[in-house]
Amino acid sequence: MANPMNPFQVFLAPIGRSTLSLLAAIGRIAIYMAETLSHIVRPPFYFREFLHQLMVIGYFSLPVVGLTAVFTGAALALQIFEGGSRFNAESVVPSIVAIGMVRELGPVLGGLMVAGRVASSVAAELGTMRVTEQIDALVTLSTHPMKYLTVPRVLAATLAMPVLVAVGDSIGIFGGFLVGTSRLGLNPAAYLHNTVDFLNSWDVVSGLIKASVFGFIVALMGCYHGMNSGRGAQGVGRATTNAVVSASVLILTTNYLMTEAFFSS
Amino acid sequence: MTEPMIQFRDLHKSFGSNHVLRGIDLSVNKGESMVIIGGSGTGKSVLIKMVLGLLKPTSGTILVDDKDSKAGDRDAFLARFGMLFQGGALFDSMPVWQNVAFRLLRGALKRPKEEARAIAVEKLRRVGLKEWVADLYPAELSGGMQKRVGLARAIAADPEIIFFDEPTTGLDPIMAGVINKLVREIVTEMGATAMTITHDMSSVRAIADHVAMIHDGKVRWTGPIAQLDDSGDPYLDQFIHARAEGPIEAIR
Repeated sequence: MANPMNPFQVFLAPIGRSTLSLLAAIGRIAIYMAETLSHIVRPPFYFREFLHQLMVIGYFSLPVVGLTAVFTGAALALQIFEGGSRFNAESVVPSIVAIGMVRELGPVLGGLMVAGRVASSVAAELGTMRVTEQIDALVTLSTHPMKYLTVPRVLAATLAMPVLVAVGDSIGIFGGFLVGTSRLGLNPAAYLHNTVDFLNSWDVVSGLIKASVFGFIVALMGCYHGMNSGRGAQGVGRATTNAVVSASVLILTTNYLMTEAFFSS
Repeated sequence: MTEPMIQFRDLHKSFGSNHVLRGIDLSVNKGESMVIIGGSGTGKSVLIKMVLGLLKPTSGTILVDDKDSKAGDRDAFLARFGMLFQGGALFDSMPVWQNVAFRLLRGALKRPKEEARAIAVEKLRRVGLKEWVADLYPAELSGGMQKRVGLARAIAADPEIIFFDEPTTGLDPIMAGVINKLVREIVTEMGATAMTITHDMSSVRAIADHVAMIHDGKVRWTGPIAQLDDSGDPYLDQFIHARAEGPIEAIR
């Protein structure tokens, strides 16, 4: 006869179950990531699919990233001006807007917006393909789903995100410039001068590296949850939610870790 | 012709604690049309998915041409098969002709685009669809047309073995009759070995050379279609006559 659990064990049991479940999920995602990386370097490579995904993930995400960036840059300029005016440091607006956008806000907000747009659509698309046996059909047509579906999406997102974020950074800085010069009365030439003077190449490169990692995470999470979607509409819905949530959490976590690695010294 | 093409030997498959297949022994001869019947959830589709490697058996062996289905070059193995899925499983993102010619546009069987399209149009014509259908998307087709496109895709690369998973599910009786006739004609003219999963008895009678009934995870009865009505097996009799009373429990 099994020993009944004491109250302390009853309290610990669900925590233990959740921890084991979390570790198992991390393990499955790690294996999926390793498989994806191994398929990237092995032929065949579906170049047309890759180009198609570059368009879908990269080009069509431009409006949402651009809009996010322009309003973020504009709000940042207002905040820094108001904060800086408390100790007569209004002139730091251009440099802090530029550094803030390029190092942190551009990649992170761009990544989160793309996570909302791309991870959800990839998970929903692949989840529906799983439920309607289209992924099984691919296998019977001698086409590896990982190579045909996952690799082009992951590669496209990894390469497109830095470009998207570079464009977003420029638009964000321009948003700050517009507010700074039209609303806050800063001199346009001095604004541009301060922006360029205070930015160094590592600020830009580190932001683009972050963007690339975030692109990889977004597509990987979309594909992983889509490919492992449960049955029916509820299964696809859950896969879509999980893809966005896990991509967002991983973006914020890896952002902190990369910031530590890049700038803590 | 009695040379076996596909052999299942003591095949078991479990999903957790659910033992779906409990020792399947069955042979499908070369050029024969075998129809597998049985109640819902008895593992009929699982059987063909295990041949194709979409699911792994818990234990047991599947031989194709006397070779283990897991051994050898996977692409070459799969190139011998065509499959019509229950819901069609057409790719929504591409037009009909690219669905049909999917295998001919990439991989080992790759052909020039024009040639692949011409073959796709020819296969569509074979299943009774006109050329203008080739440029439509699957979402623009009726259920019957989607089944025909799925059928055209299954035969596009002239496979040796064709699987049909519930080919008439969801179709009206006339369209079901058309699909049954097409399946029978195509299997005969291609000389292919066919395995069909169905619980539609009109399909069984139109398509089958041999029938196998799966019940309780095992092959309950197998024999030529001519003996289907005189089997003397109470389980088979209940199933083919759609009786609610009998040895098969209605609520499973």
